[in-house]
Amino acid sequence: MRIATLLTGLAIAVAGCQREERQLRLDPPIAEALDKVALMPNGISGAPPNVYFALEKPYETNAYNLSQGKRLYSWFGCKTCHGNGEGGIGPAFLDGWWYYGPDMVSIFASIRDGRPHGMPAYRDKMTTDQIWQLAGYVQTIGSYAGKTAAPSRSDEKHTRPAENRAPAKIQFDQGPTPLHPDQGPTP
Amino acid sequence: MRRATRLAWVVTPAVLLAGCDGWQSALDAHGTSAVSLKQLIILIVAVCSVVWMLVMIALIMALWRNRRERPLPVTPQPSTQRRMTATVIAAVAATTVVISGFTIMSFFATRALGIGGNDELTIKVRGLQWWWSVEYFGARSEERFETANEIHIPVGRNVRFKLEGLDVIHSFWVPSLAGKQDLVPGRANELIIRAEKPGIYRGQCAEFCGMQHAHMAFLVIAESPDEFDKWINAQRQPAVQPSEEELAGGQRTFLEKPCAACHTVRGTAASGTTGPDLTHVGSRKYIAAGLFETTRGSLAAWIADPQTIKPGNNMPMVPLTPEELRAVSAYLASLK
Ligand code: HEC
Ligand code: HEC
Ligand SMILES: [Cu+2]
Repeated sequence: MRIATLLTGLAIAVAGCQREERQLRLDPPIAEALDKVALMPNGISGAPPNVYFALEKPYETNAYNLSQGKRLYSWFGCKTCHGNGEGGIGPAFLDGWWYYGPDMVSIFASIRDGRPHGMPAYRDKMTTDQIWQLAGYVQTIGSYAGKTAAPSRSDEKHTRPAENRAPAKIQFDQGPTPLHPDQGPTP
Repeated sequence: MRRATRLAWVVTPAVLLAGCDGWQSALDAHGTSAVSLKQLIILIVAVCSVVWMLVMIALIMALWRNRRERPLPVTPQPSTQRRMTATVIAAVAATTVVISGFTIMSFFATRALGIGGNDELTIKVRGLQWWWSVEYFGARSEERFETANEIHIPVGRNVRFKLEGLDVIHSFWVPSLAGKQDLVPGRANELIIRAEKPGIYRGQCAEFCGMQHAHMAFLVIAESPDEFDKWINAQRQPAVQPSEEELAGGQRTFLEKPCAACHTVRGTAASGTTGPDLTHVGSRKYIAAGLFETTRGSLAAWIADPQTIKPGNNMPMVPLTPEELRAVSAYLASLK
């Protein structure tokens, strides 16, 4: 009996040692398939391709992808318009208001195809993989619900709650940043 | 059998010593500070070896002389007593002399590391996962330029390296030229190097910095002041414009695809700073921080699939058609 308990405990401990997989390289057919999101006609909301589910939503649940998204966020200059998520020339991601919806597909489309009121398209500047990583990160900082995966810590001074302190709901009270009246869906 | 043993005694040290020279060895020193470090370490090893041997001889002699059992308690003669006191005093004095000798020597050696002068050239080196960005300055702001993973310096001149880490801690180490210095995010570190002899010296990141730490090498090329001036003037020029149709196609691909968002090619619209400056990538000896020699083929292999060659590095696999790949690698190889 003692031995059985011990062995079970050991097995559980060993099972816990599994390291998160890092998807460093997407096979080209998968990358191509991931690009084929089914958007609604107005470019807001829709369905991700089937591979996205087959891969178990890697861009929302995998810490490595979220960390890469965080690096891309500053490498590709999102900060110049969106700050650390508090907004600026572009809308905030922390206030709980989305012009084009909070789901992954809408965020992916916002980044890939751009949006009419001044959001540039990044289609030719990034790979599909990177756009998904970025979308996962943007969704995390403005998340309505807590996630178990979080990107790496910030080295610089914090200007908002850390990404893993979701939901960032405390920020929602501020209401939307009035950028233009063309409101999309609201929370 | 005897002959084989004797041969082994001769050959083994020879083989081991042969590993001491080469383009990346602290024992093959050609930089002012590396030479003084090497002298210091050889002196310390030599003195410590002698001390160790003397201690061992004294110990073995003591054991040998007193191998017969003696009745306890031992009461030494007054003359033996005096000799014991003298021996202890001599040993303490010798220890003091050796240690203060070392302290003085290392004081002078350390001072030699900080060699300063007025004719300094300043180079800024930034460490990133997993490559080195190198920035040169000039009298005017147009003379400033960036390159990567290959640093040219003039022989016999003090070169001041300003070191900075941009993501995690790295360490700048060219064993043949100088000791290590860390690159710490948010902190300005400096290292002065003077190469005594022209040559190509290999350097390596010496602080574990993630998946591709082992593939984070660079070259320091020390050359005569004339050659150095020639090199720096060539590097200051913008990239050559493509002369053939294929190269022009490669340039178009480079500018239209994500490449331009991460890489700079001076003289074109490409001005990204996430990856190495590629203005003169064809003139550099290696790509991807020492992984491959720069050839059109290795450029193509790298661009086609950087994540298989150097897993985890920050360049993604950008889907290209075979024609685009051929043209873009020809274009980059032509950027001498
Ligand atoms: C030049 C400024 C600018 C830059 C740079 C920029 N954005 Fe935007 N972004 C905007 C503006 C303006 C909007 C609002 C567009 C609209 O309402 O039509 C926007 C909208 C968005 C939206 C939709 C928000 C919503 O409420 O639905 C997302 C997501 C987004 N940006 C992500 C990014 C990311 C990620 C980057 C970096 C790759 C980035 N942006 C870079 C200006 C910018
Ligand atoms: C997301 C940013 C990014 C994109 C997009 C990108 N690269 Fe890179 N590239 C990098 C980084 C980072 C490195 C350094 C990798 C290393 O050595 O660890 C690099 C290295 C290189 C090198 C080797 C340079 C050297 O001196 O070591 C070449 C050549 C190169 N890239 C060409 C390209 C081409 C061609 C494209 C487009 C098909 C491209 N890159 C797209 C980030 C990028
Ligand atoms: Cu490093």
